[in-house]
Amino acid sequence: MFPELGQFALVLALLLAFVQCALPIYGAWRGNAVLIGVARPAVAGQAVFVALAFGLLTHAFVTQDFSVAYVAQNSNLSLPWYYRFPAVWGAHEGSLLLWVLILNIWSVAVAALSRRLPDALMARVLGVLGFISFGFLLFTILTSNPFLRHIPALADGNDLNPILQDPGLIMHPPMLYTGYVGFSVAFAFGIASLLGGELDVAWVRWARPWTNVAWAFLTLGISLGSWWAYYVLGWGGWWFWDPVENASFMPWLVGTALIHSQAVTEKRGSFRAWTLLLSIFAFSLSLLGTFLVRSGVLTSVHAFASDPKRGMFILAFLGVVVGGSLLIYALRAPKIAGGKPFHLLSRETLLLVNNLMFACAAAMVLLGTLYPLIGDALDAGRISVGPPYFGFMFVLLMLPIACLLPLGPFFRWATADWRATWRALRPALAVAIVAAVVAKMLTRDLPLRGVAGVAASLWVALGIALYALRRWRDAPRGKRYTPEMLGMIAAHFGVALFLAGVLGTEATSVERDLRLAPNEKVDIGGLDFRFRGVERKPGPNYLADEGTIEVSRDDKLITTLHPQKRQYSGGGQIQTISDIDPGLFRDLYVALGEPLDQGAWAVRVYVKPFVRWIWLGGLCMMLGGFLAAADRRFRTLPERSELAAREAMPKLAEAKA
Amino acid sequence: MRGLAALLMCVLALRAFAIDPLPFKDRAEEVRFQNLTKELRCLVCQNQSLADSEAQLAGELRRQVFEMMQSGKSDEEIKQYLVARYNDFVLYDPPMKPGTWLLWLGPGALLIVGVGVLLNVLRKRARQAVADIDPEEDW
Amino acid sequence: MRLLPLAVFAALVCLLAFGIHWNEHHEMTEVPSPLIGKPAPDFTLPYLYEADKTLSRSELLGKPYVLNVFGSWCPTCQYEHPILTDSVKKLGIKLVGLDWRDDPDDAKRWLAQFGNPYDAVITDRDGRAGIDFGVYMAPESFLVDAQGMIRYKRIGMFTPELVRSELLPRIAELAKPLQATP
Repeated sequence: MFPELGQFALVLALLLAFVQCALPIYGAWRGNAVLIGVARPAVAGQAVFVALAFGLLTHAFVTQDFSVAYVAQNSNLSLPWYYRFPAVWGAHEGSLLLWVLILNIWSVAVAALSRRLPDALMARVLGVLGFISFGFLLFTILTSNPFLRHIPALADGNDLNPILQDPGLIMHPPMLYTGYVGFSVAFAFGIASLLGGELDVAWVRWARPWTNVAWAFLTLGISLGSWWAYYVLGWGGWWFWDPVENASFMPWLVGTALIHSQAVTEKRGSFRAWTLLLSIFAFSLSLLGTFLVRSGVLTSVHAFASDPKRGMFILAFLGVVVGGSLLIYALRAPKIAGGKPFHLLSRETLLLVNNLMFACAAAMVLLGTLYPLIGDALDAGRISVGPPYFGFMFVLLMLPIACLLPLGPFFRWATADWRATWRALRPALAVAIVAAVVAKMLTRDLPLRGVAGVAASLWVALGIALYALRRWRDAPRGKRYTPEMLGMIAAHFGVALFLAGVLGTEATSVERDLRLAPNEKVDIGGLDFRFRGVERKPGPNYLADEGTIEVSRDDKLITTLHPQKRQYSGGGQIQTISDIDPGLFRDLYVALGEPLDQGAWAVRVYVKPFVRWIWLGGLCMMLGGFLAAADRRFRTLPERSELAAREAMPKLAEAKA
Repeated sequence: MRGLAALLMCVLALRAFAIDPLPFKDRAEEVRFQNLTKELRCLVCQNQSLADSEAQLAGELRRQVFEMMQSGKSDEEIKQYLVARYNDFVLYDPPMKPGTWLLWLGPGALLIVGVGVLLNVLRKRARQAVADIDPEEDW
Repeated sequence: MRLLPLAVFAALVCLLAFGIHWNEHHEMTEVPSPLIGKPAPDFTLPYLYEADKTLSRSELLGKPYVLNVFGSWCPTCQYEHPILTDSVKKLGIKLVGLDWRDDPDDAKRWLAQFGNPYDAVITDRDGRAGIDFGVYMAPESFLVDAQGMIRYKRIGMFTPELVRSELLPRIAELAKPLQATP
């Protein structure tokens, strides 16, 4: 009975989504306060029913109701109780429902926290969000209903894919989706402002905290995904440029450009077209990502089961949402470039370069990801695009960013004093170069990546530290750091950590495949790895071969690692569970292979220095995003005079950024 | 359907394992092997590199690559050997040929166009008068 | 100028729609063989049933044949088996079985159980010949002409429909000599 209630709840939510979309937008157009007032209650109502549906699906998993087909496909009797919750989003239908739930949570938040917004704007924002929700609910009900029954009810289900039976599954998809879906708010604000024909930029001030929070969550989601892949897949990698990873990275790249562009538009009134287009593109790429993962157009180990019918539906939805918004943009975008003027050397120019580089990077990732499809279309044979392409191109495009990053805070708006900036940053550059040279001299075989990593990360880190120092010295007490500024400092420092982590680990990691007999030891990077043999160990729904490896330095035991090879009872699948000794400065990582002759086993050992800095960097960036969103300026309306000043229109007659 | 089964098999790792202790001459040879096999695609598990794939064919191809390295073949020769049998698809690094010009030159071209437009815009902006900035407003 | 993003997006949608269409009509994991139109790689492999005798490529010249790669470990080969027996054999072309990466005893048992449609069966225990042919899954089949050139490769099992639509016309074409391939 409950699953049917779930279906019913979805249908009600669909109807409310329609109401939420159609009435307020029409009302805002006609100035009808009653219709506008429908928005908030509709949001609340829709959220209640979506939450109910999600709750009922969760209930089906927890009570192991195998009469529901989706539950039977993704869990079985031996699945531990704590994995029954995340199993809800383990496959296509459930993850889609999670998408809709998170969209509703964002909508409720926007409706609740935006009392100060002009009514018409609010109505349009919620209306756009309603439209998106309507599309996804329709998709769910028509093609991906998680509540379909399997009659007669099965006695037991399939297993949840063992790779997903991991704490990472609990966190990664929800955080990722919160980010992904959160860009819909920036999108809604952008479209709302275009629909309303507003010439001023107040809407950007309202949109900024939402966008920063969404970006922060997406950063977290991607970092979690990378960390999860690292310790689950057993091959020491943390990023594979897999199509599905790229699908989450593209919105992040555009989102990064967006948060910076929004800052310029809000403070200086410039870049309005950029900000509008980036708002549209960020969410479009989120939708595109949803399409790529579920349509089967690209093969990926990550993808959900493909189905052309679903693919066509999402594509049609994508066409309507993105095509529609780009059409609205073409018709109603600001015709004249506004905002305060600025010189060639200025913070605005740097941020314009920033916008361009990130947009090109996103375009490059999109091109590479879709190129196999283009190859098929041009009948050019099966073209393969992988990490050598993406890694190479990405580094090239990010190089200017890494070089210019410290300049941003020092360059003033409108006119930058480059001499003063050079004087201020000279020490940072000097230290960076000297340190890189020293590093090369100390470690003879340090590859170029390592040298570059030392230089780049120090340059960025010291650059931001010098700025923080200057603010401490020069600004009056109490006005030194706004949350927005702290956010910038944290995020840019996170970039430095990230650069150090990536380049450091790529340059200095050691990977060895070894044949180890019991009690045999091997020296890697100054550490002794001694293999102590393998024994059988049963688990809740698997049987494991567990190896023991003792790691010591100079005969002092540092740690003992227990890699496993598990065979799951559900489907007989075998999974390699590596064991990791995490450290701030290095990870020790061991995976068990096949048993060889005479009791020896194949063992893989990694020593990976600095790898944790990659995710620490990601966390710092995330922190920066949250800090920036907490700035008080977002909670107060701009003064009238401020608005007027920003509207100083120059005598340009062309539509440009 | 067959493709789906193959994918599942790759994800769930039913066969040989990618951990292959091979008798390398020295560390440099091991690193060369690792880098080379990371650049090659496994045709059975098509979303994994030859280094990571656990398919049996991948294990055999790795051994083949190892033997060719031992007999003095260069990286380029080993890649050509595999391409002649399995198609360019086995390389993760797309070779430069008419079909991939757009891929390799596209982003650069886009960047150049973007920079051109940018410079144009900046020149127009620079002709306007710039008011004095209050240092308070700097942030 | 402001219509540019929309135009680019429209092109993208077309590409993606094409992708869905392509996906429906093609097996995504199929990789076209670079050996089509080139000479079949040289091989000398022992017979399954007479392990001391070998068959080499040169011995097969003069008449076209279909080389079918199979193994007792391969479940899809079981499905293909009756089709080989019924449809392919009826075409009257020589059928050579390549037992790929298999234990000869397992293979003999498998053929005893399901029947032996092949005119000759050779074994490739270590898979080297398979690699030379660019085999990456079983079953795969090659159509080789009288001059020893590979004319067609089928990745995956044959269905009666595919035998009719792809193999039959190509066998008919064998009467014409192969054009020089670049």
